[in-house]
Amino acid sequence: MSDEHTETGTGWPQPAGPVRPGGPAGEPDPRPDAPDPDELSPLSPQGRPEADDAEPAESTDDPVTDDGERADEASAVASAGPAAAPWRRFSSAAVMIAVLLALLGFTLAVQLKTTSTDSSLAAARQEDLVRILYDLEARENRLRQDISALEDSQRQLRSGEQGRQAALEEATRRADELGILAGTLPAQGPGLAVRFLAGSKPISAIRVLDAVQELRGAGAEAMQISGGDRASVRIVASTYFLDGENGSLIVDGRRLTGPFTITVIGDPSTMRTALNIPGGVVASVAGDGGNVIVEDREVAEVSALHVPSTLEHARPVA
Amino acid sequence: MIAVVALLAGVGLGLWLDPTVPAALQPYLPIAVVAALDAVFGGVRAKLDRIFDDKQFVVSFISNVLVAALIVYLGDQLGVGGQLSTGVVVVLGVRIFGNVAAIRRHLFRA
Repeated sequence: MSDEHTETGTGWPQPAGPVRPGGPAGEPDPRPDAPDPDELSPLSPQGRPEADDAEPAESTDDPVTDDGERADEASAVASAGPAAAPWRRFSSAAVMIAVLLALLGFTLAVQLKTTSTDSSLAAARQEDLVRILYDLEARENRLRQDISALEDSQRQLRSGEQGRQAALEEATRRADELGILAGTLPAQGPGLAVRFLAGSKPISAIRVLDAVQELRGAGAEAMQISGGDRASVRIVASTYFLDGENGSLIVDGRRLTGPFTITVIGDPSTMRTALNIPGGVVASVAGDGGNVIVEDREVAEVSALHVPSTLEHARPVA
Repeated sequence: MIAVVALLAGVGLGLWLDPTVPAALQPYLPIAVVAALDAVFGGVRAKLDRIFDDKQFVVSFISNVLVAALIVYLGDQLGVGGQLSTGVVVVLGVRIFGNVAAIRRHLFRA
């Protein structure tokens, strides 16, 4: 506006004087007698401005007010020159300032909104993006290692589970075998049905026991003996046979009446041969006047169960 | 008065229109805003010092914004964009602090 104002870039003028060399805009005052920067900015004017500086500052406050406001203050200071010229000038400058400030507010709001809402990577700088990428790669590596470790443990657990399953199957198979041998499980398979038909003398327990021993020797795996009333008793290692009254038989404490049938699971031909050897079971029963009928069974069913006795003294050897 | 109204109008317009910043301008806009803030605080201080000059304000405002953006652009071209924009922000922040201190002294006499 006037020659006493120099460009400072900050919006306030620098009074031109002989004691003040015009430095570049925005630079600190290099003079040794400069005032305290805290007390006074290096760009601030040294002396109080002249009185006519107040006039434009005052007019920009509200340049669109009525002329009466201008009359009381501005005209008191300014000379009685043409009032219309400065009015137009200030008006255009005020419009310019308003436009600039509106622009500032606009960009400020836009920037604030962008910064607050746009957290995407589009607004990030290149080096930030590189750093983010590096972080993500490191994280990916870590996660990959985690995945491989977890897959390893999964494999181990799976193989352990398979081993456990195999052990369980083996144990189940052994339990089944032992249950059949101990008479606690029903069994079926190829075998024989041996019927004892009494002749003049009843079938004695010794004959039956002989037959059972022969069958065991011939590889019988499961046996049961049933009487004429279909009552059945499983024959296990501890089964005993006693002669009862009237040709009956006491097997493991149960009374069976004739005719007796031993159902046995095993190799049929071997057992048949064992029963038919000279002087064997068939011959002995025939000698007593009785008869033994040996029938092959495709599927011999041994369904009677032996109730296992609770062991009181014997313990497994660990 | 008109300045405050214009500032508020600009803020309202920015909030209302909600435009997206072009990607090419994204690094420069924050620096330009800070430079403009520096100019505005300088203007307020000059007004309180009763030495406000509107033409100078307009010129300094525009040149501040342009120089700040130019510095950041140069820094980006030289590969030191981040550091240079930090430096610009520091310098402008120091100036804003000084201006605000002067305004505070004017307003509160302290």
